[in-house]
Amino acid sequence: MEILVCVKRVPDTAENEIEINSEGNDIERDDLVYSVNEWDNYAVEEAIQLVDEHGGSVTVITVGDDESEEVLRREMAMGAENGILLSDDAFEGSDGRGIAAILKAAVEKGNYDLILTGAQADEGYAQVGGMLAAMLDYPYASLVNMIKPGDGKLKIGREIEGGNQEVNEIELPCVLSIQTGINEPRYVGIRGIRKVASVDIPTMGASDLGLDAGSVGQGAARVRRLDYFVPEMGEGAEMLEGSTEEIIDKLIELLKSKGGIK
Amino acid sequence: MEHVLTSPATYTFFGIPTVIFSVLIPIVATALFTYIIAKRLAPMVKAKPDLRFDRPKDRIFNVLKIWLAQWKHPRYMTAGVIHIVIFFGFLILSVRSTELVIKGISADFVFPGLNTWVGDVYYALKDYAATAVFIAVVVAFVRRAFFRPERYAYPESYGEDHTWEALLVLGFIATLMVSESLFEAAEVAAQVQAGVDPDFLAPLTLGWLFKNMMLNSAHQTLQNAHVISYFVHDIVFFTFLCFLPLGKHFHVITSLFNVYFMRLNRGNIRPVKYGVGDDELDSLESFGVKRFEDFTWKDILDFYTCADCGRCSDNCPANAVGRPLSPRFISLKGRDYAFGHYPIRGDFIRTDDNIMGKIYSEDEIWSCTTCGACEQECPIGIEYINKIVDMRRGMVDEGNVPQSLQKPLQSLEKRGNPYGKMEKKRAEWTKELAEEFDVNVLEKKDASAEILYFVDSVTSFDERMQSVARATARILHKAGVDFGVLGKNEKDAGNEVRRFGEEMLFQELKNHNIEAIVNAGVKRIVTADPHAFNVIKNDYNSDELPDVEHIAQFLAGCISGGKISLNALDDDWAKKTFTYHDPCYLGRHNEIYDEPRAVLDAIPGLRRVEMLRSRDRSFCCGGGGLMLFYEPEEEERMGVRRVKMAQEAGVSVIVTACPFCLTNIEDGIKVAGLEGKMEAIDLSELVAMQVQ
Repeated sequence: MEILVCVKRVPDTAENEIEINSEGNDIERDDLVYSVNEWDNYAVEEAIQLVDEHGGSVTVITVGDDESEEVLRREMAMGAENGILLSDDAFEGSDGRGIAAILKAAVEKGNYDLILTGAQADEGYAQVGGMLAAMLDYPYASLVNMIKPGDGKLKIGREIEGGNQEVNEIELPCVLSIQTGINEPRYVGIRGIRKVASVDIPTMGASDLGLDAGSVGQGAARVRRLDYFVPEMGEGAEMLEGSTEEIIDKLIELLKSKGGIK
Repeated sequence: MEHVLTSPATYTFFGIPTVIFSVLIPIVATALFTYIIAKRLAPMVKAKPDLRFDRPKDRIFNVLKIWLAQWKHPRYMTAGVIHIVIFFGFLILSVRSTELVIKGISADFVFPGLNTWVGDVYYALKDYAATAVFIAVVVAFVRRAFFRPERYAYPESYGEDHTWEALLVLGFIATLMVSESLFEAAEVAAQVQAGVDPDFLAPLTLGWLFKNMMLNSAHQTLQNAHVISYFVHDIVFFTFLCFLPLGKHFHVITSLFNVYFMRLNRGNIRPVKYGVGDDELDSLESFGVKRFEDFTWKDILDFYTCADCGRCSDNCPANAVGRPLSPRFISLKGRDYAFGHYPIRGDFIRTDDNIMGKIYSEDEIWSCTTCGACEQECPIGIEYINKIVDMRRGMVDEGNVPQSLQKPLQSLEKRGNPYGKMEKKRAEWTKELAEEFDVNVLEKKDASAEILYFVDSVTSFDERMQSVARATARILHKAGVDFGVLGKNEKDAGNEVRRFGEEMLFQELKNHNIEAIVNAGVKRIVTADPHAFNVIKNDYNSDELPDVEHIAQFLAGCISGGKISLNALDDDWAKKTFTYHDPCYLGRHNEIYDEPRAVLDAIPGLRRVEMLRSRDRSFCCGGGGLMLFYEPEEEERMGVRRVKMAQEAGVSVIVTACPFCLTNIEDGIKVAGLEGKMEAIDLSELVAMQVQ
């Protein structure tokens, strides 16, 4: 099975203190550290496990700048065979539809049976997977937490409301967005990344993909960010302040007084 | 000496001279023994190298102390004394046994020198030795068969215990002692009957007893007893010899070598591969132990040497709280693998299979806090930490790392601390001190100080532990020394990063810190974190670094030098009973036991007691660094167990000298429901409170 996994480089929410910049149109990006979007690690792990069991190869792909190469290498250190970086000045400022269009062009350059994405990205809107499937006219399933290959088909499990599980059958080729918890992604250390440090990662731009530069990027974006702010405290909301201990004490007190705990 | 009975060397049995047997038995048995040993050596030859041929003087010293003087045995008094008796009995009787073997060929054989007064002393001594060994064996037999000390028991998952083997060997030894004595007693009884001058038999020994019992026996009975006991001794002696390498009694042979080759340095972790420098690690195909043959030859010698005495596991905190780790089975399972795959008969079975998940389980190997209690206790120098770290290296290399550890490891890679906090906030704890004095933060290029206070991650970022940082800074300030901290230039010291098998990340942290410390131009390093202290002292191995000291050592020096004086405790505190909990990385790994106690005793009015498990038998609080993130299967937290030990000692204040111990013990107090009755405090905090 030839599997393509779409990954994204994002600021790591666990290792950053996210603040809004002074212009109020983005987050403060100095001092940020980036990593692979958490969901994507699960997608790559799942792809590697599928290939280990059923043969084939895993390719990881991302749309981004030169720095995005680092996340491709990390995923290749996990065991993905190939990496493709989609990078072009024309791609900058793309909305979700733009990213999906770029990925679609790349998918058509290859011969993939299965395309995986993370269910969503830390700083995203969970839209690329679905749009990509629609553009490719492939069947699509979201929030997948189990994959069992059959003949030309997959049996897939999906997490649905209330923690319930449903199982579906889906025809290949298809697009799946992967939920965390589907597996336990393997660890990638510095040694693993160094081992793939010299592997060639081809970069493809708009012309390589046969894309009209005007169809993607900021100009073509139909969704534009207008504002970026920390919501104001609404009525009934209360921010607890102080040291962790103090916050815990206050919270317990509140829960007790409101009857949450006895 | 005059022979009254016919010796086995000249005796004939139905016309067959028995000397044939006394020649054949040793030859056949020695050949068999040599063959078995050669087979046993095979996995050691296939194993990885280990650098153990250096420092012969230190190694001989260890042999004299730990092997010959049985240094660690009395730590378990009953078993220890029994073992010491049998051990010395064996040493003394080895000469006699060899002599007996030759006497079966030449009846009058005596070793040169033993026909003088030395012999008179020796023969009396060996009579008593044989008797003492016999008594010890009977006591051991009763203990093993009827009292069945708990530490010999096998958990169900590990199969049958080794009681039968122990009892069989005790039977062998008892038979040797009896037959050796009977052989001689029969001759002496015959000499008395014949009226010739009898050989000397030491009074109240087995031989003396048998002689007196046989004084009225018929000559033929004595003759039979003489020859039969000789061959019983001969056969059992050589059977025993060939039986040794088949089980836990292999230690009788290997312990001498194992002690000679045992680790000499404390606190350090061995390199990924001997002979490959830290800067050449990229050239290695694979890291750590994955296949069995990735162990070093000393590891395999360790496996062979385990006597299954259970002392390691009896002291292992992970085992105590029900984690799936029992150090003795690390050795025994390794030994059984070696025996099974390098059998005495049949072909060797070499596979490239990863042993993880087969011989050992992941949870078992991650359960270890590297506290070192097992190695401290082992009477014959078996090591565990290096093997466990090497197996972790193998797992890390395969990406097989628990999810709970992946995030902190990634944060360590990106931010230099396991919490993912911003580098620039590393010295934020100093802000609260601004009103008292300025802490020199050595972040600027030409900033310098005489002493570097290496804070490390937990003390820099954990809200509770920042109080330890401030206390340490106050002490350094009061002592009037010129000190600074590295601030954002400091990264995690990496003690646990290395011990959790992430060697390349450790190398990066190490290289970064060495450069930062050297650039700061300091003359000395002080830290309040024993883990940082240990790794800088024992693992950084850099000639460029100045000496590192733990704050307890610094304080002990200041107090004895009169640089710091301490106020008496106020009435509230003076009513309390204090104890000192030895952190593993200060105590066992670096043997700093007395300094922190001296500091406590320098506080007027402080009443201090010792817990049952203290100093080198201290019970690990649950581990530090990355261990705080690991979620083990266990019945109880180690910290809770430790707090209960303090409760038994009637303690109201546990003083420790490690931020991780403080974390775990404070949690333990809460979980044990002892809040209000017991509290924990860091040595630095207590001293900062009392300093004049």
